[in-house]
Amino acid sequence: MATEVTTEPSALAAAKRKEFTRSMIELAGMLPVLIVICILFAVLTPNFLNQNNMVNVVRQASINIVLAAGMTFVILTGGIDLAVGSVLGFTAVIAVVVSLSPGLGWAAVPAALFVGLLVGVLTGATVAYIGLPPFIVTLGTYTAIRGAAYLAAGGTTVINSKIGFAWIGNGYLGPVPWLVVIALLTIAISAFILHRTILGVHIYAVGGNAQAARLTGIPVPFVLIFAYGVSGFLSGLGGVMSASRLYSAQGQLGIGYELDAIAAVILGGTSFVGGIGTVFGTLIGALIIAVLNNGLTLMNVSFYWQLVVKGAVIILAVMLDKLRTRGQAG
Amino acid sequence: MSTSTKAGPSSDRPILEVRQICKSFPGVRVLKSVNLKVWSGEVHAFMGENGAGKSTLMKILAGAYQPDSGEIILDGQSVQFRTPHEARLAGIGIIYQELTVAPNLTVSGNVFLGSELKRFGFIKDTAQMDRKTQEVLDRLGARFKATQRAAHLAVAEQQQVEIARALFYKSRVLVMDEPTAALSDRETDRLFEVVRQLRSEGMAIIYISHRMAEVYELADRLSVLRDGEYVGELQRPEFSAGKVIEMMVGRRLEDFYEHTKHSAGRVVLEVKNMSDGDRVKNANFQLRQGEVLGLAGLVGAGRTELARLIFGADKRKSGEVYLDGKKLEIDQPKDAIRAGIGYVPEDRKLQGVFLQMSSGENITMNILGRCATGGVLNFKKLTDRANAEVKAMRVRTASLKQRAGGLSGGNQQKLLLARWLEINPRVLILDEPTRGVDVGAKAEIYVLIQQLLEKGMAVLFISSELPEIVGVCDRVLVMREGDITGEVGGETGIEITQQNIMKFATDVTRSASNGN
Repeated sequence: MATEVTTEPSALAAAKRKEFTRSMIELAGMLPVLIVICILFAVLTPNFLNQNNMVNVVRQASINIVLAAGMTFVILTGGIDLAVGSVLGFTAVIAVVVSLSPGLGWAAVPAALFVGLLVGVLTGATVAYIGLPPFIVTLGTYTAIRGAAYLAAGGTTVINSKIGFAWIGNGYLGPVPWLVVIALLTIAISAFILHRTILGVHIYAVGGNAQAARLTGIPVPFVLIFAYGVSGFLSGLGGVMSASRLYSAQGQLGIGYELDAIAAVILGGTSFVGGIGTVFGTLIGALIIAVLNNGLTLMNVSFYWQLVVKGAVIILAVMLDKLRTRGQAG
Repeated sequence: MSTSTKAGPSSDRPILEVRQICKSFPGVRVLKSVNLKVWSGEVHAFMGENGAGKSTLMKILAGAYQPDSGEIILDGQSVQFRTPHEARLAGIGIIYQELTVAPNLTVSGNVFLGSELKRFGFIKDTAQMDRKTQEVLDRLGARFKATQRAAHLAVAEQQQVEIARALFYKSRVLVMDEPTAALSDRETDRLFEVVRQLRSEGMAIIYISHRMAEVYELADRLSVLRDGEYVGELQRPEFSAGKVIEMMVGRRLEDFYEHTKHSAGRVVLEVKNMSDGDRVKNANFQLRQGEVLGLAGLVGAGRTELARLIFGADKRKSGEVYLDGKKLEIDQPKDAIRAGIGYVPEDRKLQGVFLQMSSGENITMNILGRCATGGVLNFKKLTDRANAEVKAMRVRTASLKQRAGGLSGGNQQKLLLARWLEINPRVLILDEPTRGVDVGAKAEIYVLIQQLLEKGMAVLFISSELPEIVGVCDRVLVMREGDITGEVGGETGIEITQQNIMKFATDVTRSASNGN
């Protein structure tokens, strides 16, 4: 962007150069880490780069990508949503139960999405109007919605082998699984909202400085409700994706998913205090996690060791990010 | 460590000397070859406008920043402080403007924070810490106990806690950054007693302030910094207000405020019975087109609170706002903004600027709706508007994409002003618009205010700096403890002078001692 500014030659030129490298680094984000990990696995296991396996990786990542996209909105406002896994479980059960009701098969997907949205909106309203800390509110919904999921499933697994929306979890668009298409569309739409719309700017503003946002006339409560609403809605979408893939759902579906979603957002370079981050970063973060899962499994590393490695990589990657951005600041 | 504490002001070697210190931040040179010599047993006033670089130099002395070049000589030895802790151990104590007392600890817990006395190497020796703290508090004449929790201490008392902490580190140099900024008159007197006592005990005190009256009362010597440059030093007999201001500002005081008095037009804004039941009591006033109405008063008089009530930022208990004779329903800032009222808040960083967002985004935050179709932003329009403002306001930013957090205070303030000018409000409330802004930007802000008036805007101008109020305003309302206690200028026939304002700002009996 060519900008006309009052310049003071040397100092400002230096600042300009710095600004440029910073934005380039910011753009690239964690991509180099993802590439390094991919190269490593490509060398270590012959099957990794196989086209089927690559599709597999992204398909395995798809649900986490969708949850993490919603989580990005919430974390950008300076909040957190611990309930995404519970909402996913609850809405998956709802989708299957509704699909089993005679004559209501068509309503399965809308019902799941609506319930997800509703939970998100109520969470957002509690945070915005009552002013409770998001951690507390979503810790509550995390537990309560999990209970609701068990209740809705009647304590068992609900199964529908002729589920009407099976194509979502098992169909393909050309060579690409629908799950992957949905995940990438979610990222694209999220990116559009965050970077191209008024609402997007407002989200960054609220996360960066809520007081200033209010004094600038930004409707802070609406922005918060929107962010949690998106997270709830996308959790509902995640529920639909899971139910469709499995032709079934049960009360404990989605336990721990919130942690993977948060990990993806943080790996993607989004700041935990809000106001800084991108949804592309989140995509990279989710892919890093998926590649690790996949590659380590291909290498026959035991599940327990996978957890250890995954945790270590998360900490290392974020440390790297910190060093990188600190180098820029100084 | 205690060798030099007995040296008097006549000692031939300064206890602390700063030589040719330079410091730059991205895009800005903050300190350009600054010198300073401080002797034991003197109060050395360090003066300069906001943004002149005083705080930066202090942070270098405190070890919080590293100088780019230059030397610090403490008691004859060249020293380098890599951390604040090293500076403290070497004997440089700092009392920051923002106090760092931990409210949930006791006074002695605060004093010994980080270097607690221990028994058997690990058990906190609370009793001994309390006793030692109490000794120092008694010496300082403190009226609170070492065992008391710090939460309920007044600001002046918190300062005493910090002074006590400095004494425990055997500080030989004590730096105080605008220590009276938040103090009442009585508390200020108390503080001065303490400062004098420390001086008589041989402490070297660097007293940062821009209040002439205080400097007259306390200082043995003063140094002036202007735009990061060391201007010079004056001995006590040479002190004169004119001289100091000329050194600080670089021109004579009369030239500083470019002000043509305006004949006020019709009433634009009328505020009736405004009250929050606590800090603002039943305020009534009118603001006319093309005038700058000042809102003066001491810290805590209720000026900011009144502005925030008008703007809808806080809940009001009673009160009505009329714009052009029409009653406004204001519950939220956005209602006020829609009606045509803008507010530049007192605390720029906390309430105004989005530090992590770009300069461009900061400027266009209020016009997103105008530069969008169906909620989707038109970046061409936004960039054009931001560029126009950057040029008009002469914002010094590397590009529109530079983060606002990397800009100087003055440039951040320009972003805020630009943000409001983009929606061209009928009334603009400026709350301490020049606080923390360098002199150049200050002058530009004054010129800008004049331009706004010519366009028919009305300005409500809140400031704690009386010379600024006197220089800028057409009419001044004075507040004291939540009431509007007086009006000067305009049709009142009372001249706008610092003395007349102070008469209303304090109760009359005390104003005698305040009139310099």
